[in-house]
Amino acid sequence: MAEVTYLEAIRQGLYEEMERDPSVFCMGEDIGAYGGAFKVTDGLLERFGADRVIDTPISETGFVGAAAGAAHMGMRPVCEMQFIDFLSCAYSILTNYVATARYRAFLPCPMVVRGPSGGYVRGGPFHSQNPEAAFLHTPGLKIVYPSTASDAKGMIKSAVRDDDCVLFFEHKYLYRRIKEELPEGDHVVPIGKARLAREGKDLSIITYAATVWKSLEAAEQLEREDGLSVEVLDLRSLLPMDDEAIVATVKKTSRVLIVHEDTATGGIAGEITARINELAFEWLDAPVRRVAAHDVPLPYAPQLEDFVLPQTPDIVRAARWLAAY
Amino acid sequence: MAVTSALASDPAARPGLSRDQLLDLYYWMRLTRSLEERLVNLYRQTKVVGGLFRSLGQEACAVGSAYALRREDVLSPLIRNLGSMLVKGATPLEVLKQYMAKGDSPTRGRELNIHFGDVVDRNFVGQISHLGDMVPVMAGVTLSFKLRQEPRVGLVYVGDGATSTGAFHEGINFAAVQRCPLVVVVENNRYAYSTPIAKQCAAERLADKAAGYGIPGVRADGNDVVAAYQVTRDAVARARRGEGVTLVELLTYRRKGHAEHDNQSYVVAGEIDRWARENDPLDRYVQRLTGSDGIATAELQAIDTRVLAEIDEATDIAERSAPPEPRDCLTGVYADPPAAPALWYREGVQSAVDRHERPASWGTHDG
Repeated sequence: MAEVTYLEAIRQGLYEEMERDPSVFCMGEDIGAYGGAFKVTDGLLERFGADRVIDTPISETGFVGAAAGAAHMGMRPVCEMQFIDFLSCAYSILTNYVATARYRAFLPCPMVVRGPSGGYVRGGPFHSQNPEAAFLHTPGLKIVYPSTASDAKGMIKSAVRDDDCVLFFEHKYLYRRIKEELPEGDHVVPIGKARLAREGKDLSIITYAATVWKSLEAAEQLEREDGLSVEVLDLRSLLPMDDEAIVATVKKTSRVLIVHEDTATGGIAGEITARINELAFEWLDAPVRRVAAHDVPLPYAPQLEDFVLPQTPDIVRAARWLAAY
Repeated sequence: MAVTSALASDPAARPGLSRDQLLDLYYWMRLTRSLEERLVNLYRQTKVVGGLFRSLGQEACAVGSAYALRREDVLSPLIRNLGSMLVKGATPLEVLKQYMAKGDSPTRGRELNIHFGDVVDRNFVGQISHLGDMVPVMAGVTLSFKLRQEPRVGLVYVGDGATSTGAFHEGINFAAVQRCPLVVVVENNRYAYSTPIAKQCAAERLADKAAGYGIPGVRADGNDVVAAYQVTRDAVARARRGEGVTLVELLTYRRKGHAEHDNQSYVVAGEIDRWARENDPLDRYVQRLTGSDGIATAELQAIDTRVLAEIDEATDIAERSAPPEPRDCLTGVYADPPAAPALWYREGVQSAVDRHERPASWGTHDG
């Protein structure tokens, strides 16, 4: 079986869900004839027609709101943010209208908002963002951020089938850089479960998205150079978060490093740390540490971006500190 | 009041409504006004938990426009559209329970006042307070009708103030491009909270905004219930024919403040009295009914009596209704069965409400 890229995996997932369920349709800017800025929706217009692959005006509030209305009426819309940086344009309608709809008005709101996220691509401050933490604080939304092609396909399919609004973050650095053979058949990965990316016993790295790969790289180096056995837990679902998997790895290694590409202050590492304190404090042998981006807007120049974002040597250094504690 | 006379209905012309329908319109307008008057009494007795929002003087806008819809059509009301919701099937009992934050209110105490909906049967959508947001939502509701080729129509209200929002622009533009079967009714009541229309918008006529979206814009006298009905009926018919969005501007006047606490100090002296005296939608309609339509005053008085009896009965039931159970608020955030309560709650920290540790001044609601 041929290997499939992360990007193709998302497209396959969308295609299969649109084939399976006529209520699924896509909306977004330039997603039809052009196939999307990154070509995720390439070919969908030809197969499913302009009613189900809708090119929208530049109106994130407009088409996210429209998705909610259509979802109330039994449709399952999938919105593409051309870059996830523009998700903030729809922040109000997502957090105030969509996230509260079921709770305050018993309105079903099955919809997906997906788009290319993250840095390491020289995209500058407005084409590199990781705004997931801004939405983690909103009850009513779900947030997923897969790191493998297999999870990307399985989770986009879960997201489309979910009865609530799912924010689906796709890491654009991974779009064409990773590929793998995908499981055959109707491959669905449930939302809410973490994935053990690497087993270990000395130290745990809890992470998600592109930094999963940096963490795996660091783990290999630490094993080679320090003889450390490092576990890597890929959260992949941020809301709901898999507390059981987090607690299990804490109890196994008693040393935790949290790595994310988003900026440190107010980032998800803080929430994970709080949960570890509440659920497994007495199992810790060292303080929980984090490696995250510096608290600055993401700059453009390679020398600047590489300095701001977490790199493998940053993870190695923090892990060594933890192991020696 | 000359401003609206050219846009009023012609009492001599046939309104396109039967005698029963004309009386229906009167019933809904009277029910709206009397129900709000009852709510004022309950508010003064501190039985209304939050604020109270009146539509005094705007009953014709709400009732006339909503009357143009079928049951399967979807309506998106705003805070001054109590009348529209009643026409669409909301009951006085539901409204009273909502205002009193009862446990068996339509939102189980989760939302305020007339922020509730029913898209299963009666087809009106629960609004949020972020003005303009319901326009994109209704663009999507009606997009689904178009995609599934259902002969249904949507109607969304905005106020003069909401036409300044980005959401209004994005929603109406999206709906216009997609030719959604949507009617956008701008209720121009001349004030957004305390801000007069001149500070809201430099355009003389809000209906003129339609040209920028490539859709028709029409205006009518919103204090003339038959005119409000007729102009909306035509827009609804156009939408149902697949011809797309119409912007309808209904001219009216907000005679009470933004909410009951607002003393309207910002209004020019005499303005409110003049509208009450010369352009009250119920007075005008009674004149029409007893004049050109030849309906006896006694028949209208019988409707008034019936309305009051209905409100009395609903008030009794609503007042006896129990407040919500605090733990109920932890369910229903997601479609999945409720997750276990958070650990800090389970481990005995629990909430102050659970342990009745609220200070006496916490609110008017003594649950």
